[in-house]
Amino acid sequence: MILKGIPASGGIAAGPAYIFRHSEVGIRRETISDPTAEIARLNAARDAARQQLQTLREKTEAEASAEEAAIFDAHAMFLDDPSLLEMVADVVNREKLNVEAAWSDGIENFAAQMEMMGDEYLSARAADIRDVGKRVIRILSGQGETDLSGLSAPSIILAQDLTPSDTARLDKQFVLGFATAEGGPTSHTAILAKALGLPAVVGCGPRLSEIASGTDMLIHGAKGELVANPDEATRKQYEKLTGEASRLAEQELKSAGEHAVTKDGRQVEIVANVGSPSDAVSALKFGAEGIGLLRTEFLYLERSTAPTEEEQLTAYKAVLDVMETRPVVVRTLDVGGDKQLDYLDLGKEANPFLGWRAIRMCLDKPEFFKIQLRALLRASPGHDLRIMFPMIATLEEVRRSKALLAEARQEVLAGGSPVADHIQVGIMVEIPAAAQMADLFAKEVDFFSIGTNDLTQYTMAAERTSEKMAYLADPCHPAVVRQIKRVIEEGHKAGIWIGVCGEMAGDPEAAPVLLGLGLDEFSMAAPGIPHLKAILREWTYAEAKKLAEHVVNFENGAAVREYVRNYLHE
Amino acid sequence: MEKGKVRVINEVGLHARPAALFVAKAASFKSDIRIHNATKDGKWVSAKSILGILTLGVEKDHEIEITAEGEDEVEAVKQIIALIESDFA
Repeated sequence: MILKGIPASGGIAAGPAYIFRHSEVGIRRETISDPTAEIARLNAARDAARQQLQTLREKTEAEASAEEAAIFDAHAMFLDDPSLLEMVADVVNREKLNVEAAWSDGIENFAAQMEMMGDEYLSARAADIRDVGKRVIRILSGQGETDLSGLSAPSIILAQDLTPSDTARLDKQFVLGFATAEGGPTSHTAILAKALGLPAVVGCGPRLSEIASGTDMLIHGAKGELVANPDEATRKQYEKLTGEASRLAEQELKSAGEHAVTKDGRQVEIVANVGSPSDAVSALKFGAEGIGLLRTEFLYLERSTAPTEEEQLTAYKAVLDVMETRPVVVRTLDVGGDKQLDYLDLGKEANPFLGWRAIRMCLDKPEFFKIQLRALLRASPGHDLRIMFPMIATLEEVRRSKALLAEARQEVLAGGSPVADHIQVGIMVEIPAAAQMADLFAKEVDFFSIGTNDLTQYTMAAERTSEKMAYLADPCHPAVVRQIKRVIEEGHKAGIWIGVCGEMAGDPEAAPVLLGLGLDEFSMAAPGIPHLKAILREWTYAEAKKLAEHVVNFENGAAVREYVRNYLHE
Repeated sequence: MEKGKVRVINEVGLHARPAALFVAKAASFKSDIRIHNATKDGKWVSAKSILGILTLGVEKDHEIEITAEGEDEVEAVKQIIALIESDFA
């Protein structure tokens, strides 16, 4: 049986299935005669629970992260909450109800209230409260923790879903990977698996429960694939993949410092997406030839006042100094809608992704925007700084942005600071309007960088953060690929260069298509660079061109991906 | 009884870490301290209860009212309001 789920964490593993089930605790309701003794039982159980939480906390901090471990601090606070305890004691004293029933009613009272508020954060806390509730009930009923004694050999963990309490108790040396029936790409299981570097597939659906304990399993995290009782050929294939994967990663890293040149001699630029000065240092280790996207939000978020021009200058200088004369594309501020700033009243919007954000907001606050532009210009001497405007939909927006940049330049020069003579100016192409009008935009700028995450969400009209619509989030869909093709063609006609700075650039199944479409620059999270360089070196530009011409006529993204996977093997 | 009113300025409202800090501050006083979300005109809960506070659904820009009753009631209201006004610094 082959199950398809949502890829949550990359990697490949083979091993027996270990079925993880929560033992359901039935709660009896009965009248008691001694409320004081009943409350004393609860307090003893809470003491034991507090100890368990402390142990889990220490174990998690050592094995995973402090952030992960902090969940148990919240659990401990819930355990000792005075309102909850008062409510429970009241019911036990007045109604002479046994403490198991009173406790679980109290827990449910708070959990249900939080769940009903329709807030993602509070819903997650509701799950935490129930987790704490069950822990105490298990102790009261004399049951141990969920039975994990069967986990004594390396296994692939199968579960409906996993809570932080569950995963903290797993003996990690016996975990090869995770597969869950429920959950999305940002579920707890996914986050934990990534932190541990283990493969995980989530959202596998109800058929996962048909698999029996001990069944031979294969898991392919990046593909989101789970195989039960694999045949010999599949098993061999996986064995090869596992062994190869680690050897390959090592080899790839060794040659990451060399350029990405196809077999027939086309060289493309491989650069990194970074979000802070420290990212820039590690980007070089992975073989980044520059920075294709410096997100400047790190300067603006989580503070109560706007960053000053001097603060920004220091940060940009830090990145530029690390990169020396390598190209550094800086994206101007991209906030608003879903990313709020305390010191700017951005307002709440019904559709943040379609809202007043990025360049739209910056153009309405020219004096605020020019602080960033002046800091960038002052950082430019001696470096190859390039400035990029996000969320551009109209030509007027580009022209107004350029006019503000020119004003900022005059202001900097008037203040006596030097500015590099030529600074490339480009736009993010992430709104279908800009892709459609690429021929006209190309006359205004020095480069395009295609933001495929947003371009896909705006093309498919599906919010990219929703797991329910994950099937609409594939940048390989020909509806998106055709726009990329158009943008590259029109850009090249006007003599400008084109990059991609979305996830697609580092996606091994998508990058060959981009290569074939003539893309000049691939910008991605730095750890993906060694592998992508290795992949591009396998291709000839001529083959990739044929591939790209072909796939634009396909019906959907899955067909494109399958074709790319098979192309080199035929 | 001491009373106070304050607008919540931090980004996540009284959720997550700010909620925990709020409760820790309230729990450091002997007085009985109650809080309610004036913007939503909701119920009153104990300021020493993290579960109670979370169910108030206090978001940024909501106004909350606080009452304290006990030997350190004046200091309690003063310090809790200062905590919120300092953006939980």
